Amino acid sequence: MTVHSTIATPIEQAQRPSVWSRIWQNDAPGYLFLLPWFIGFFGLTIGPMITSFYLSFTNFDLLQAPQWVGASNYVRMFTADPKFSASMRVTLFFVIFSVPLKLAFALAVAMLLNRGIKGLPMYRALFYLPSLLGASVAIAILWRQIFAGDGLVNKLLALFGIIGPSWISNPNYSLWTLIILSIWQFGSPMIIFLAGLRQIPQDMYEAASLDGASKWRQFVKITLPLLTPVVFFNAIIQTIEAFKSFTPAFIISGGTGNPINSTLFYTLYLYQEAFGFFRMGYASALAWVLLALVGLFTAFSFLTSKYWVHYDD
Amino acid sequence: MSTNIELRKLVKAYGDIEVIHGIDLTINPGDFTVFVGPSGCGKSTLLRMIAGLEPITGGDLLIDGQRMNEVPAAKRGIAMVFQSYALYPHMNVYQNLAFGLETAKTPKAEIKERVQRAAEILQIVPLLQRKPKQLSGGQRQRVAIGRAIVREPKIFLFDEPLSNLDAELRVQMRVEIAKLHNDLGNTMIYVTHDQVEAMTMADKIVVLRNGVIEQAGAPLELYNNPRNLFVAGFIGSPKMNFLAAKAEGSGLNTAGNSVALPRNVAGATTLGIRPEHITLADGSGVKLAEVKVDLVESLGGQTVVYATTADKQSMTIVLEGQRQVELGSTVTVHADPSRVHLFDAQGDVILG
Repeated sequence: MTVHSTIATPIEQAQRPSVWSRIWQNDAPGYLFLLPWFIGFFGLTIGPMITSFYLSFTNFDLLQAPQWVGASNYVRMFTADPKFSASMRVTLFFVIFSVPLKLAFALAVAMLLNRGIKGLPMYRALFYLPSLLGASVAIAILWRQIFAGDGLVNKLLALFGIIGPSWISNPNYSLWTLIILSIWQFGSPMIIFLAGLRQIPQDMYEAASLDGASKWRQFVKITLPLLTPVVFFNAIIQTIEAFKSFTPAFIISGGTGNPINSTLFYTLYLYQEAFGFFRMGYASALAWVLLALVGLFTAFSFLTSKYWVHYDD
Repeated sequence: MSTNIELRKLVKAYGDIEVIHGIDLTINPGDFTVFVGPSGCGKSTLLRMIAGLEPITGGDLLIDGQRMNEVPAAKRGIAMVFQSYALYPHMNVYQNLAFGLETAKTPKAEIKERVQRAAEILQIVPLLQRKPKQLSGGQRQRVAIGRAIVREPKIFLFDEPLSNLDAELRVQMRVEIAKLHNDLGNTMIYVTHDQVEAMTMADKIVVLRNGVIEQAGAPLELYNNPRNLFVAGFIGSPKMNFLAAKAEGSGLNTAGNSVALPRNVAGATTLGIRPEHITLADGSGVKLAEVKVDLVESLGGQTVVYATTADKQSMTIVLEGQRQVELGSTVTVHADPSRVHLFDAQGDVILG
């Protein structure tokens, strides 16, 4: 058996194309196609993020150059800003109530649709529609009309002799109108739940029914556990969405977060600071705190997931 | 203590489409009954009707003399093993076995005892803490059977339980299920499309086609006395040879030969003979035809010959032992007249 040398002679090395020319010849077209994304990612996402992180340690009013103030924006936030804590309370309240309610509602509708009803594609599309429209300005304005003092809800209540308050201008109810608006946009988690339900083999239910399990026991012992990967995914996505929620609160309160800051969402407060008072440094700090909060929540969810999410493989 | 099942004019229809056409069948206590037939014959549907997973459209289902049509699945005293095993992936083996007992609110100590006993019978005790995804196909199959055993049902139903296993494991599990039946003595119904499974396991085989019973009886009864062409062709492997035939007086013309059969041949259009009942030209029985040898498979214990008659009808011949048969040669085949089956134009058997 002969052994061939695999070490190149200096002449062969010289003839071999250099790394750079290889990249240029082989990979350049690929990078060229990636370029628009690179520009977007670095120019519109990473760049502004780094900038805002820097700005969060400054005072900056857009007119004068940013002034370095160290961590004082963050210190002020947690020690001397009642509006910060108010907006945090509103947002957490919104997240804690809207996300589980929305998911429960989405799951209920998905289970209803999963029972093999006629015209499923039509219902699926109809129920998904609010998710497309929900965050729009038009719907928010419509919502204001529905829950206003002389709105649709009160007109319906009047038929039963009940005189309802102006839901959107009463601090006890205003946030709930926004929670209902959020639940109404159940379409996207519903579609995902529906796909998840379809994945559960029918014979598991048949086996369970032979074992005498009631519909409720089947739901608790089979459907829910097997759906946990989907519940987990939906919970993460919807929670992030809820933390980011802005448009409906902005429109319904006219950008004020009133009555008495009861709809002052965190993002709304951030917006006021940035574009109302041009305190870009402080607004940037607010944004980074929100990011940290969402990040913490997500990390916590992933850490706990191994105790309650059942993956099939 | 075993349970008797009776089907009376059982009908299943989906809308206007009837798929089970009035089935009458009695399953004796403690019998191992196999429903067999090609796919789409209604065997699984029939099993699911007995289980209570499919509503019964017409007729009566009686278990131990009691009408069960409207009784929910869980109250029929039935356990079922599914083709897919239907194990709950998020529960370990113990929890899978215990699920039905927990649903029935059985005391914890008793659940533990019954699960342990079933696990011992099926030799899956070391697997109790594992999840289904950590088990092999054969182990999953055992768990699925275990789940049925722990409930101590009156009747066991099996819906093609071995079709997801490889050939070797299938034979092994087949033996184990048969043993289980011997040990427990329960009434069992087993659905398969594999006639070998049916022949080896059944006390009684029910051959179904297009939602009707073609024939029901003991395995050898079906093998020896098939009632029609379908059953004759379905039971037995390799399948029975069918040759076009024509009655001529008291004789029978087939494959260009006049075959003298000492029996009634009037109306016969098809002659059936099993491959293992054919002998080569050694003089015994009646001469059937002269055939040209196309292919020879030497299996050691048997020699299988694939041949063609002069009028291009194919014929399979199974010879015992190792035989020298030359490719391309023409041989004369004989058969014992009592092993020859005759069928009329409708495919029904003509009794000698």
